[in-house]
Amino acid sequence: MVGEQASPVGAVPRVTSTLGWRDRLGTLLVRCGPGRMQYLVEPGLYALHNPGPDSPVLVSANYKLSFDHLRRRLGGIDAWILVLDTGGINVWCAAGAGSFGSTNLVRQIQESEIPRLVNHRRLIVPQLAAPGVNSRLVTQNSGFQVLFGPVEAADLPAYLVAGMEATPAMRRKNFPLSQRAVLIPVEVFQNLKWLLPLLLSLGLLSWLGGETWGTLASMGALALLLAVLAGQVLTPLLLPWLPGRAFALKGMVAGLLVTLPLLASAHASPGLALPGSDFLAWPLLIGGLASFLAMDFTGASTYTSLSGVTKEVRMAGPWQVAAGVCGLLLLLVGRLPVWGG
Amino acid sequence: MSQLRYLAGVSTLEFFPELCAGCRTCLDVCPHAVFESDQESAGKKVRVGDRDACMECGACRHNCPTGAITVKIGVGCAQAVFSGNAETCC
Repeated sequence: MVGEQASPVGAVPRVTSTLGWRDRLGTLLVRCGPGRMQYLVEPGLYALHNPGPDSPVLVSANYKLSFDHLRRRLGGIDAWILVLDTGGINVWCAAGAGSFGSTNLVRQIQESEIPRLVNHRRLIVPQLAAPGVNSRLVTQNSGFQVLFGPVEAADLPAYLVAGMEATPAMRRKNFPLSQRAVLIPVEVFQNLKWLLPLLLSLGLLSWLGGETWGTLASMGALALLLAVLAGQVLTPLLLPWLPGRAFALKGMVAGLLVTLPLLASAHASPGLALPGSDFLAWPLLIGGLASFLAMDFTGASTYTSLSGVTKEVRMAGPWQVAAGVCGLLLLLVGRLPVWGG
Repeated sequence: MSQLRYLAGVSTLEFFPELCAGCRTCLDVCPHAVFESDQESAGKKVRVGDRDACMECGACRHNCPTGAITVKIGVGCAQAVFSGNAETCC
């Protein structure tokens, strides 16, 4: 907020397209997970720079990341930003859930007195809000024409210059490397609640477990980290280059790739005295877990359908469980003679 | 990375051309260019050009004025499949 803008509907909080250090720090934290569900802006009307009665009205969600992302792309542009109460959820997800919807939009238009604010009767709504916003319904109930703006806020300046016309390319949701990469921290941090206790237990076991079981526990901890690396870091990064379309398959391949150096170094260390069955057990365990974790990334991706994910879960799930069970059994069986002796 | 494609032959999208009024709204709202049309002008019916690109977000169905599009709307998220609740995803 940088002051206020006088308008026919009273003073409106003013924002600029420049993000301050607090906005940047907030973005960084939210991208890692903490406070992600409570990163809010107050719903209502905002003035971007110095808008007037002819300035465009852009609609956004009250997730601060969405709001900041929008205004940051609008350098040098005067506009009104109408923020809907989506419960702190981003535009696309809120549209799917219905909170970025026609009713909410019409109510916010009335509450913020947009008809008294501007001379025109047009709203620019993000295209990705279309699963929730019915343009005809909004027009009928508010008198405002809904123009679906481009998918990416970065295309808004070009869209405005073109007289609010989007090119076909602006209408497509892609999933480039940069967009995949920023999702990785949240995916990884969300694991900590099960990963940390498991790693601590394995650490304790490797300390107390003696030569055979201690070594096994250390390798287990390493295997867990490798599976997370494969399923939740490498799979998003290498998504277009990993084989197949199913995320489960991509994750399994990434899992096997990270297992290779582990097995090679184990093979090169005869002192470890690993049972031969381990060389089958570790690929099964790491590949299976990485495959499962990669499937989780379907929810963060921009192009998967529920029908597709349902099919994938049904087909890959049994294999992932089987790989896990077989892997664990092989680890035990390989060590039974030691137990007996 | 527009070449990222998900499983083929699974989308529940159905289009009924006899109901299409040619308003072209579906061309505007679809994030994966599933629909196509030969003409730039309104009034010409669209057709489904790339059904396998459909992610069942429902933007087209929600905004089609004549009910020419049906699709079982959902979120393509494994957590939703496990929990039966799309809220766990976003």
